[in-house]
Parts: sequence; C-alpha cells; structure tokens
Amino acid sequence: PTANQRLSAEEASRPFAGLSDVSISEDIPVEGDISVPVASSRRDEEFSTLDEPVKETILRDLRAVGNKFIHVLYPKRSSALLRDWDLWGPLLLCVTLALLLQGGAADSDDQGGPQFAEVFVIIWFGSIIITLNSKLLGGTISFFQSLCVLGYCIMPLTAAMAVCRIVLIGGSGTVSFAVRLVVVTASFGWSTFASTAFLADSQPPNRKALVVYPVFLFYFVIGWMILTFSPSQ
Amino acid sequence: MASPDDLQFQEFEEAAELLSADPGASTLSMSASNNTTTATAAAAAAGGGGGGGGEDVKLDLSEDEEGQEESSELLGGQKATGGFWTFEYYQSFFNVDTMQVLDRVKGSVMPLPGRNFIKHHLRNNPDLYGPFWICVTLVFSVAISGNLSTFLSKMGDPAYHYRPQFHRVTIAAVVIFMYAWLVPIGVWGFLTWRQGNERQIGGYSFLETVCVYGYSLFIYIPTSVLWIIPYEWLRWTLILVAMAISGSVLVLTFWPVVRDDTKVMAVATVATIVVLHMLLAIGCKLYFFQTGVLLPTPATDPTTPPIHTTLSTQRH
Repeated sequence: PTANQRLSAEEASRPFAGLSDVSISEDIPVEGDISVPVASSRRDEEFSTLDEPVKETILRDLRAVGNKFIHVLYPKRSSALLRDWDLWGPLLLCVTLALLLQGGAADSDDQGGPQFAEVFVIIWFGSIIITLNSKLLGGTISFFQSLCVLGYCIMPLTAAMAVCRIVLIGGSGTVSFAVRLVVVTASFGWSTFASTAFLADSQPPNRKALVVYPVFLFYFVIGWMILTFSPSQ
Repeated sequence: MASPDDLQFQEFEEAAELLSADPGASTLSMSASNNTTTATAAAAAAGGGGGGGGEDVKLDLSEDEEGQEESSELLGGQKATGGFWTFEYYQSFFNVDTMQVLDRVKGSVMPLPGRNFIKHHLRNNPDLYGPFWICVTLVFSVAISGNLSTFLSKMGDPAYHYRPQFHRVTIAAVVIFMYAWLVPIGVWGFLTWRQGNERQIGGYSFLETVCVYGYSLFIYIPTSVLWIIPYEWLRWTLILVAMAISGSVLVLTFWPVVRDDTKVMAVATVATIVVLHMLLAIGCKLYFFQTGVLLPTPATDPTTPPIHTTLSTQRH
C-alpha cells in the first residue's frame, strides 16, 4: 500500500518523468496533502481498514448496531437507519427471541408453542414477504433496508419476552397474565409505530394503509407467540 | 391514483403503434364489446388486437388491454409489461389503491343480485394483494380464535393446562392456501374447457377467478373471531350467514357464465362450487373449534372431531 502512495506522489511531482523512472527510495519523505482524484482516496480508506486492529473493526460494527437500537428506542423519521443497513441486529434479536420462546410447556409434544425453526421462519419469511409486498405496491425502499427496519423493530417485543419470562418466574396466575398482556400490547404498539415511522415515507400516499397492515399483522403474530408462552410445570 | 393512469398512457402509445401496423385486427375488436375481446384475443396474435378502435383506445383502453392479455394465457404469459421473469410483470398484479381494496372487500361482504363481483368491482383489474393477505389473515385468525375458544371452554377445568397449539397455524395455512389456489384452478380450467368450443362471451381469466375466491373468503375472518363466543346456536347461525353471503358472491359471479351451458351442467357446476365452499367452512369449524376433549396426539383427520363435538353439545 505505501509503495503505491509513494508512486503516485512521485508521479504527481514529476509529471513528465514517465513510468520508466519508477524507483522506490526509502529516504524521500512523503508528507503533506496529496491531491488525488476521489477514487484514490477511497482506495486509501479501504487499505487503512485492513491495517486497523480487529478490535476497532468489531467496535465500529457494534457501535453501528447499537446506534440503530437507540433509533428504534426513540423513533423519529430519520434516514440514518435506512442508509446504512445491516442485518446483525435482526439476526441477534431473532435468535434471542427464538431461544427465549423455548423451554415452554410443550417441547415434548407438538401441541405447544412454536419451535425454534418456526419462529425463525415466521420472522424472516414474514419480513421478506412484507418487503416484497411493499416493493410490489410501488415502494421506493430497497429490499435490505426494509428487512433491516423490520428486524430492528422487533426489539421492543424481544424486551417484552424477557420481561414476560421474568414475570412468569413469579407465578402464572391472573395477575401475571394481566401484567404480561399490558407489556406485550405496549411493546406491540411500539414496534408497529417505530417501523411505520421508518417505512411510511417510502410509500405512495394512496397505498400507505396497504403497506402498514401486513406490518401490523406481523407484529401481532409475534406478540401472540410471546403472550401465549406458557412455562412448563 | 397516479400509477394506473401512467400505465394506461404507456399502453396507449403501444396500442397506437399496433393499430397502425395492423388495422385489420383492430376492426375485429372494434365491433366487439369489452367482453368479447377476451374471446378474440385467442384468435388474434398475442397483443395484436390491443386497443381496438380509436375511440375505444381513449376511453377504456386499460380494460381491453389487460382483459385480453390475461385471458389469452394461463399465468406466465406475454404481457405487454414484460415477461414473467421480470419484476414489473408481478407489479401489475398489485396495481390497486387502498380505496379500491376496501371497495372490493365491501363488495364481497354485501353481494347484491345483479352485481357480478368480477364485472362490477374488479373491472378488469384483478389484484393479488387482496386474496393473498386475506388468506394470511384468515389463517391466523382461525388458528388464534380456535386456540382462544378451546381455552375459554376449558377454563374451569383444573386438570386442563393451556397449550398454544401452534401446529394449527401450519395446518390452517396448508388448507386455506390450497383451497384458495387449487379450487380456482379447477373452476377456471373447467369453465374454459366447457367454453372452448364456442368461444362465448364472458370467460373469466385465471387471475379474476383467484381474485373472486380470495375476496369471498373475507367474511370468514370476522366470523372466526366471533366464534370465540361459546354458544353453539350462535356459532351455527354465524356459519350459516357467512356461507350464505360468501356462497352468493361466488354464485352471482359464476352463474352468468355457466347459464349458457346445458341446464344439468350449469346447476352441477354451481352446486359443486357451493358445496366445496361449505366443506371448507364446516371443516374449519369442526377442526379448529373443537369443544370436546383434546386428544393427546393432534387429530389431523377431521373425522374424529365430530364425535367430540356431539359429546360436548350435550354438556352445554
């Protein structure tokens, strides 16, 4: 990498030297701003990320994911979530939710709750179908951006699932059911509101309801799975 | 509604080109009404008769264009908007607005005699949005309501432990989607075969058949939610009302098509449609809303539940 930098520096300082005079001498200091076209500077960035320590790379991705979580917590119409989409957050949330839904009343017989694979399939295929639906209706959002938004907005429901499991440790009577109902309903409303805040702008105005309804159904089904989780006795 | 107008405008240009290229075909469809263009399309080259006469082009071009092209092939056809491998081809099936979908849903809930659902509400713009999402909603509403009704009927029983019964969603999905797709294929194929010799008016395209079946299932969604109420007389009343409404939508749609056939075939066709519809409703009721004792192994054949419901009706 550094050899290429020196090459371009020398070429810039002696434009008529020709390519025959390529000598990489270590004692010519290269300093100051090299005015190169934009493409080269991007090449510089890519090379520099190869050199950085692994911890920094991971932390940058973690910071991006955490930033999006905060955007879901305080949903406002911003394009930050849409611009830099990533699917780490949705994957993490989906796995957490599916794991929390295990260990229920009926792992042994199939009268019980959803299996791990069923939760996965519902979340991912549900998101894909909703995204396809919004694109077919003429939405301008891209495929992965939509998956990203739908996945991140599952966060309130995952938090509700954790709360439900904690409440269920205390008992599973009517009071605990009422508490769980309130928590799940609130988080379902929050999820739907957050995702429509991000998605609504990308739809043509006379079809907004057609796009919002499947999102509503999607989070309703996930909320139902959370609410009907019954612990094994 | 910006986008349907845009589509119409593009088709106008294309049709004008075809018109200038092949004026012979245009006179054929000019004398025909909107309905018969579906028949002449098979005779004309694909897309050749598009547009019709000059004044037809301006007034209701989109109806001619889409009506012909959809009926001339099964599914993956040579639509003017692109082949079946392009995204735009499928986008043409979702060319509806919120108000249009709501209007079609209203039309499926309130069938009036003389108002053919396809002609009055679809108007040669069948969509896949309504059928698909109505089916999905019906799957979940039936599974969830069934679960709730089982829970409510067994609430007082101390030996009963609540089960989410999530496998029912899979079963409901398979049954309802198979009904919503295989039965229209059968009906459409049968009607097309019966009309194949005569090229008569009024054959419906495959998409229109799927559309009317999908929208006719809408009435079952509130019915399934109301089935949670645990009174058998109410449930049977509700299911009869729902079957009457839903069946009459289908009958009003298909009767004008089959009535030109021989009397026996016409009655048999309509009767088959109605019977299949009734089977779906009653089968769903019996399987998902069992008020009897739950079997330790999930009962996948619907013949066992009737035994349990007759037992439990005596308890109630």
